[in-house]
Amino acid sequence: MNKYRIVIEPGSENSNYWKDLWNYRGLFYFLAWRDILVRYKQTVIGILWSVLRPLITIVVFTIVFNKLGNFPSDSGAPYAIMVCAGMLPWQFFSSAFSEAANSLIANSNLLTKVYFPRLIVPASTVIVSIIDFLISFVILIGLFFFYHFIPDWRILFLPLFLLLATLTAMGFGLFIAALNVQYRDFRYVIPFIVQFGLYISPIGFSSTIIYNNANIPDYLKFIYALNPMVGVIDGFRWCILGGSSHLHIPQFIASVGISILFLFIGIWYFRKMEKSFADVI
Amino acid sequence: MRNPIITVENISKSYILKHQNNERYTALRDVITNTAKSIFTKQTIINNSKEEFWALKDISFEINQGDRVGIIGRNGAGKSTLLKVLSRIVAPTKGRITIDGRIASLLEVGTGFHPELSGRENIFLNGSILGMSKKEIKNKFDEIVDFSGVEKFLDTPVKRYSSGMYVRLAFAVAAHLEPEILIVDEVLAVGDAEFQKKCLGKMKDVSSEGRTVLFVSHNMGAISALCSTSIILNKGKIEFNGSVDKAVKIYHNIQTTNKNQVYTSQGINKEIFISETYLKNSENENTLAFSHDEPVYVVIKFYANILLDDLLLSISVSDFEDRKIFSSEVLISKVLSVDKKFGEAILEIPSVFLIPNDYKLNVGIHIPNLQVFDFIENICSFSIVDNGSEFSKYVGTDIGCVFSQSKWAII
Repeated sequence: MNKYRIVIEPGSENSNYWKDLWNYRGLFYFLAWRDILVRYKQTVIGILWSVLRPLITIVVFTIVFNKLGNFPSDSGAPYAIMVCAGMLPWQFFSSAFSEAANSLIANSNLLTKVYFPRLIVPASTVIVSIIDFLISFVILIGLFFFYHFIPDWRILFLPLFLLLATLTAMGFGLFIAALNVQYRDFRYVIPFIVQFGLYISPIGFSSTIIYNNANIPDYLKFIYALNPMVGVIDGFRWCILGGSSHLHIPQFIASVGISILFLFIGIWYFRKMEKSFADVI
Repeated sequence: MRNPIITVENISKSYILKHQNNERYTALRDVITNTAKSIFTKQTIINNSKEEFWALKDISFEINQGDRVGIIGRNGAGKSTLLKVLSRIVAPTKGRITIDGRIASLLEVGTGFHPELSGRENIFLNGSILGMSKKEIKNKFDEIVDFSGVEKFLDTPVKRYSSGMYVRLAFAVAAHLEPEILIVDEVLAVGDAEFQKKCLGKMKDVSSEGRTVLFVSHNMGAISALCSTSIILNKGKIEFNGSVDKAVKIYHNIQTTNKNQVYTSQGINKEIFISETYLKNSENENTLAFSHDEPVYVVIKFYANILLDDLLLSISVSDFEDRKIFSSEVLISKVLSVDKKFGEAILEIPSVFLIPNDYKLNVGIHIPNLQVFDFIENICSFSIVDNGSEFSKYVGTDIGCVFSQSKWAII
């Protein structure tokens, strides 16, 4: 028996799918590498875009919410740093999610010509977003210096929340990517989700003002907490701002629960549709 | 005992054809409106517009280690679908395939090439897409560059390449794949003649190393030069599975069906006429397809009610662009007599004479410069099929009408 034996049958679950995924890690690496190389080709300021875009939004949000709207900051940290701690994960999520959701269509020439576990395509696009995130992190460091702000030990937990953000983006991304192959309507849904999410997530303001506001009924607070990005951003702020910033544990668990649930739904649906991608794309 | 490396059992693949919308993809809006309509009208509108189409139907075959199999068939016969199913790009609807070995498929030259990336970067990217590891690519990098002949432009984005350079680089990467089973679709149909020759040579090397090759092409010359066995697909079914020589002929016979095989005439109101003309091969079989390396026999039966001297039977062969290739004639009056009004003449067109192409015959009986008794044009069209000739690499190029037997001397 050859160790490379492949059996092709209709509808059968590929028993060594995850092993295959591991065998194709080289392709995963090269696709990510390609996307990173291509991203800023023929641009003048290149990689600076990764910094410039979030920086300008942070400035605008700080002016609008803090200077004009008089929103209070979390735990007395400078408002710009609080916005930054929300904006960076949000930018990461929105780019990772939209890239992943559009990745199958963008790589349709590969899907119809070569076999590989299709999960590689959306997964590799997330790497680009992670690199972008790490580059844009210099904004936060710049703000630390500007405001003479020193984060405490909690910042060590940041990778954990980055992982949570990644899993959230992957869950939604995989689900929409698979749907997008069949129904191109989702091409229009993606920017809408991203824009809508910007309003319902605590980016320009702090979650605390929602949870501590007696005028907002409890069920609305609960619905607010179901947004997985609320959990991610609150987590980021807990890490970065330190001090008296605290995590609202029940709401945080609800957010994380939704993230995990969507990750499973995303993978399940993606795997279910995967075999027919080349037929319908 | 040899175990088959690929076993295909009763593979079928069906597609649902939707007649209602001509769009390439389904829009959610249509699904919703159709579902809504069907709720209100209580009938399934969507189902009415669907039709099943079987791209492959009940295909079974086995391929042994080291076989070089050519897959031929008309457009839409299911060749590409079969390759896609074998390379796991699409899933079959029914059946089962077992493959014992590492498989790489080359359905397109330069899959995944990114125009913004340089030649060097694309070698790595394309190599990994085709299933090579980074180490493998690094080891073969110099060989690939050498084969492609684009070393001067390695750091130029491929969008600035000429199409020839692009194809050469792409094929160079593909040619250095080392799987146990290689699936190739029509990729030789690109590039200039010299490069095609190089590719064909490389493919031969690959198969002589004992690896299994599945090869789809319309180029019968390439198929017979490269493959040992062949499968003919027709409308999703296997029409023939066996030796490549036979397959090429059968394929050409399928291609030329509906053409008149035998010319017959009752010669109404004619005293002297040609009653029958047909073609046969050296095994006495009636056929319309001949290998370039076998003779073609033209059998002409004639009838003469009156006796005349100097009666000539003449024949000319022309191609479908009405270019006359040659003419030939024979004196027939001497075989005819008062008791023998029928005669038969057989012309042997020698092997390795006509260039692979489609031809037709014109035949006539006449007395030179005096009278034409019978003249029939454009009958018995036949094909000369390339069976691996020295010119098979120049498919699609006009290289003349006949294989010249001219001799070279090189000093």
